[in-house]
Amino acid sequence: MTIEANDPAMAIATEKSASLRPVLEWIARRVEPIVIGLAAILFGLSLFSLFILAVGKSPATLFQLMYTGGFGSWFSVQNSLSRAAPLLLTALCVALPARLGLVIIGGEGAVVLGGVAAAAMALPLAGTAPVFLSLVLMAIAAMAIGGIWIGLAGFLRHSRGVNETISSLLLSYIAIALMNQFVEGPLRDPASLNKPSTKPLPAEYMLGNIPGMDVHWGLVVGILACIISWVLIEATSYGFAARIAGGNVRAAQIQGLAVGKLIVGFTALAGSFAGLAGMIEVAAVQGSANASLAAGYGYTGILVAFLARHNPLAIIPVAILLGGIDASGGLIQRRMGLPDATVLVLQGTLFIVILVCETFYGRFKVFNPDLWKRSL
Amino acid sequence: MEETAIGIWGVPLAVFAGAIRVSTPFIFVSLGETITERSGRINLGLEGTLVFGAMTAYAVAVITGSPTLGVLAAMMAGAIFGLIHGWICKFPKVNDIAVGIAMMQFGLGLAFFLGKSFIQPVAPKLPSIPLGGWATSPQIQAVLNINVLFFLGAALALFLFWGFKNTRIGLILRVVGDSTDAARAMGIHPDQVRLLATAAGGALAAIGGAYLSLYYPGSWNEGISSGQGLMAVALVIFARWNPIGCFLAALLFGGAGALGPALQSVGVTKGYYLFYAAPYVLTLIILIATSSPTRSLAGAPGALSLTK
Repeated sequence: MTIEANDPAMAIATEKSASLRPVLEWIARRVEPIVIGLAAILFGLSLFSLFILAVGKSPATLFQLMYTGGFGSWFSVQNSLSRAAPLLLTALCVALPARLGLVIIGGEGAVVLGGVAAAAMALPLAGTAPVFLSLVLMAIAAMAIGGIWIGLAGFLRHSRGVNETISSLLLSYIAIALMNQFVEGPLRDPASLNKPSTKPLPAEYMLGNIPGMDVHWGLVVGILACIISWVLIEATSYGFAARIAGGNVRAAQIQGLAVGKLIVGFTALAGSFAGLAGMIEVAAVQGSANASLAAGYGYTGILVAFLARHNPLAIIPVAILLGGIDASGGLIQRRMGLPDATVLVLQGTLFIVILVCETFYGRFKVFNPDLWKRSL
Repeated sequence: MEETAIGIWGVPLAVFAGAIRVSTPFIFVSLGETITERSGRINLGLEGTLVFGAMTAYAVAVITGSPTLGVLAAMMAGAIFGLIHGWICKFPKVNDIAVGIAMMQFGLGLAFFLGKSFIQPVAPKLPSIPLGGWATSPQIQAVLNINVLFFLGAALALFLFWGFKNTRIGLILRVVGDSTDAARAMGIHPDQVRLLATAAGGALAAIGGAYLSLYYPGSWNEGISSGQGLMAVALVIFARWNPIGCFLAALLFGGAGALGPALQSVGVTKGYYLFYAAPYVLTLIILIATSSPTRSLAGAPGALSLTK
């Protein structure tokens, strides 16, 4: 192997020792998404600042309020963490299928149905079954229906070639209609007048807070789900097989991989996480299933997954960051007189810039070990 | 209620009326998406364009007092959205489906932000043409009171059908859509064609939005669209990228969407909310029935990432 001395990165690698190179490669591959991602976020924030200037407000004040509202005090940190909990799970609903090259955007439907299933399961149990058992059964019901819902999009993709982006979105609208039917019909609590909902869960059957914090257990569940997904993707043969199938379906089939089972399995797992988000929303926040379940967590989850480049561990900080931005929306509205959609504009801007920056991956030689020895 | 006067016949009549009333946005969005997809690109952001178009049209109509100016302003805004989408997708390694989702969120956010102050004022409505003068029944007169944009959409569908087959621009679009390499060999710049096709698609989708806010339901609010922009993408597949097919499919969707309210008006209330799902279920069934895992869809542009 000939080594050109005038490549700085390679020169460093050879000077130290040959065994250092894998370490540098490892670092380079992990630093690249962080550098490009942060640059993209900064650029997105600058664009958003221009927008805020154009509507005659001060971006500095806005960012300061965003910090105060999201992370400025222990109270606001806890608020941000609570809002991050469902985002962790709905982001996984996008990130896991993305490993197979599938773009699923219908997580909202799985959230909504998961919430309804959890409420339907809890109401006969509440008062008779032990609390823990009741919560576990709620989670199982929510995960089952969420898994079926998104798994169906995966199944249709594999068996019929139906585009999963569109089918998952259609399923999401169907899910919301189903929720309205259940909440207005068979499951409706006659006492809920203006805002139809199911009967409320007894307080002792609610998912409580983490000891010492004002944050419900959903956060722990979400973080655990991210870690489990990371292990599944990075350290098991399933994750490896999924990556091959996502890269080239033909090649995977020739290798004898069960592509259909992978697709259905990954989408079903993804959907069950989103369903779990619905259960947590019912059991920890709302106390009953109602139209508030369709609060857009499914859609923000798409953004979180793309920002984290579909890496389950990166989802954790990104979800907390976006949870913080969400949490600061009210403060911005009150103090600056800006509409609550300000946060949506920021999210949209960031999302677009992040996607445009995909184009820079692999272009910078410093980050790309494959180019180190080939360069001049 | 008047419905009782013609009894159960009110249901097909209401579905027919609904098909015409509800289909117009579908016609425009799907024709726009057809132009874009024929050039080999997909724009899932049309949902955002539609809603932003609805807001722009409403705001301009409130300010100027002219609904026509509102529609024109919406077209401009839609074209700009299309240009942004088309420009971004020119970069290598950028996924057009993901950019579409991002543009959808951006468009919705911007429309809600800028449209906040227009929720209260009332805008002048788009005119409609009363074709039902001959009828004695007020229901039939109401049904045949059809908005001008519906006729424009129908004419546009015929024009595009003719244009794709018989004009040089139509040929260029089809070549670019089928093979980027073949287009380059002919001396055509595929990126430029796709940029313009995406802009045209955005402009048409925004007209669909203008119809929503200026005619039916005829007011601006944040829930004005319930996925019309996205369903149009499925509708284009169903219509096999054929403009006349788009027009007929839009009528079918409109009819499905009108079924729930029509049944409710004659007293069928059981499962009322499920009827709201009818257009989505219909779309899904059609997609399942017309897709295939082994071959690409008949009539699909070869360079389209959606069908690969």
